Amino acid sequence: MAEKMKAVLYLNQFFGQIGAEDKADTQPLIKTGPVGPGILFQELLGPEAEITATVVCGDNYFAEHMEEATETVLAIIRDCSPDLVLAGPAFNAGRYGIACGAVCAAVTSRLGIPAVTGMFPENPGVELYRKTVYIVETKGTTAGMRDAAGKMSRLALKLAKGESIGFPAEEGYLPRGLRRNYFARETGAARAITMLLRKLKGEPFLTEYPMPVFDRVAPLPPVERMNEVTLAFITSGGIVPRGNPDRIESSSASRYGKYDISALQQLTAESHETAHGGYDPTYANEDPNRVLPLDVVRDLEREGKIGRLHPYYYATVGNGTSVARAGQFAREIAQDLKSSGVQAVIITST
Amino acid sequence: MVLELGQIPIKDIDWGRKTFLENNVLHINREELIEKARGDDSRIASVRADIAKPGESVRIIPVKDVIEPRVKVEGRGGMFPGLISGVETVGEGRTHVLRGCAVVTAGQIVGFQEGLIDMSGPGARYSFFSKLLNVVLSMDVKDGLSRHEHEEALRLAGLRAAVYLGEAGRSAKPDHLERFETRPSLKTKGSGSDLPGVVYLYMLLSQGLLHDTYLYGQDMKNVLPTLIMPTEVMDGAVVSGNCVSACDKNTTYHHQNNPVIHELFKRNGIDLRFLGTVVANCNVTLQDKLRSAEYAAKLVLLLGADGAVITKEGFGNPDADAMMYCAGLEGKGIRTVMITDEFAGVDGASQSLADTTPQADAVVSTGNANERITLPPMEKVIGDIRVVEKIAGGQSGSFSEEGITVELQTITGATNELGFELLSARGE
Repeated sequence: MAEKMKAVLYLNQFFGQIGAEDKADTQPLIKTGPVGPGILFQELLGPEAEITATVVCGDNYFAEHMEEATETVLAIIRDCSPDLVLAGPAFNAGRYGIACGAVCAAVTSRLGIPAVTGMFPENPGVELYRKTVYIVETKGTTAGMRDAAGKMSRLALKLAKGESIGFPAEEGYLPRGLRRNYFARETGAARAITMLLRKLKGEPFLTEYPMPVFDRVAPLPPVERMNEVTLAFITSGGIVPRGNPDRIESSSASRYGKYDISALQQLTAESHETAHGGYDPTYANEDPNRVLPLDVVRDLEREGKIGRLHPYYYATVGNGTSVARAGQFAREIAQDLKSSGVQAVIITST
Repeated sequence: MVLELGQIPIKDIDWGRKTFLENNVLHINREELIEKARGDDSRIASVRADIAKPGESVRIIPVKDVIEPRVKVEGRGGMFPGLISGVETVGEGRTHVLRGCAVVTAGQIVGFQEGLIDMSGPGARYSFFSKLLNVVLSMDVKDGLSRHEHEEALRLAGLRAAVYLGEAGRSAKPDHLERFETRPSLKTKGSGSDLPGVVYLYMLLSQGLLHDTYLYGQDMKNVLPTLIMPTEVMDGAVVSGNCVSACDKNTTYHHQNNPVIHELFKRNGIDLRFLGTVVANCNVTLQDKLRSAEYAAKLVLLLGADGAVITKEGFGNPDADAMMYCAGLEGKGIRTVMITDEFAGVDGASQSLADTTPQADAVVSTGNANERITLPPMEKVIGDIRVVEKIAGGQSGSFSEEGITVELQTITGATNELGFELLSARGE
């Protein structure tokens, strides 16, 4: 028979049976075996896993010393070398929820050990940690203990055994904001018509993709003296030195390139090409200035209409590249431009 | 106005001395097929024909288009009007369908923008075309030809091949007949029915530069949204000329078998009234987009619609068109459902679309095209596997001993936005 898995439970001072609010300053400590709700967890985990230790920390201590408390709790858990970690459930207790989320996030990302917690959807810990941690949905009060502990145990065992995890509704955890594919029972066309008929009848329907809310960037005031600024180029049109040295993908780009143009007066079909897979590259490859107008900007530079052109340009491929990744490129490039004293940027797309 | 589709199930295909149907097996004279596909197009340098069957260890790459062989048996006009046949209105009479087989055109045009079809393995689950008996035409054109001429040469050769094979079904007895009746909807007003009236708004990609669709041979970017009888698409009135990411481009086969049209016919008179189909385009400039959105919304309104289904093609830029069509219709009080795929990033953590409108509150998702899949090596590759590092959805280092790791984007039809497949995505 396979060896029993080891589990560690994280609790606050109240559930850890140290005391009430007056003990909320308790620093992290370890107790052997299951404590408080640990007895119930042990029953639900069954013979497959054994709770070998319980880590207890006061809610106030954790909230006021988050970094330190996380490090200490993490060190205690690491020493126990568990196969899975459970935290809470915290129900609607805010400080406790945040502590459970922080512990689970650290355990998962830094120790690589699966961790599960449980919270009421309005617990502030949900908003902070739902994207990185499995949080089982619980009731607002301890009346939901048995149900929550059951779902948490089941999910933690699955994770520890490396089994595939179902969707939120099946497993009972709160959606993490990730999109994942599955095969539906009916085609998209059939689902669309069913949804339309429900909508027309005024019956409830569930959109399969709730519209995202986009960032809106307020434009800065116009540049007043263009003849004094250093101008830089950025393009999402995929213009790269010929041969695509950074191997930027034709779609869903995972990187961007920074290329020296200080010695060039214009781009040519011999010097540059596009790596973009979303448009017909014929005309861009024939004359890359059509996407990255270096020739015209050099004219403006000579005519004194702009101060000078930054010696580097930045390029990526916008085709199917996720907004999150594009945002990350933008932050890095903006930082680089700022530190080089660039005051204005022309961004070309396709 | 009635079109009957006579379904002739094809159980097998093989090379034979002449091209004919026998006991639901399609025998094909290979040389004649190649000759017919080539036609008198001097731009084509070489044509190779292969057969790829479901379950075989075969990968077809790069795929340009997929076409179903059909033949017009009764009624006016012929297949692919305006391109292969004349421009008489099609969509009435009887058409025979060689069900279960397809012509697949392969050959590198733009390099980035053609996809793959796996005939077995995990990738086969994502494409309807993996379940078909495919006659694959790998074609090369003469040196020095522009990409646009290259695309046209391959497009027309594929259509000619499909027409040639379709002829084999002319005198065959169909397994069963499907009947599609269209009534002039403006005339039947006040029919006494209280079923909701539904119009289909059918977006066709028309951005130019090899992102083109043809209606009766007419380039859609020069057409205002217009009415079409839904049976016309079954006779090949809409043809794909697209070289764009494979997962959500509508191949000619998708158009011939448009699933929204089939579903609307199926439910017509039962829980809705299918009032008509508006084909709309998807151009590049803001003014073109706005003009088409305005015009299409007006047509849908004139048809007396209570609701509309909007389908898409492509992603990114066409998201803007789709949202304009949606907002335009909702603004006129016509309730909509939109079918779209998602580009939510490899990890699924990003927002999925490049544009939104709060009015798009009823959306059907056909899956996250960025999700990765590892496709094991196949014993036989038809085409050229080396393009996999370059095509949209592939990347440098796509190859490993386990096969190729690519995004679903690379699989032809995987996230089709006519709602052809079962794939969807949900939040986790």
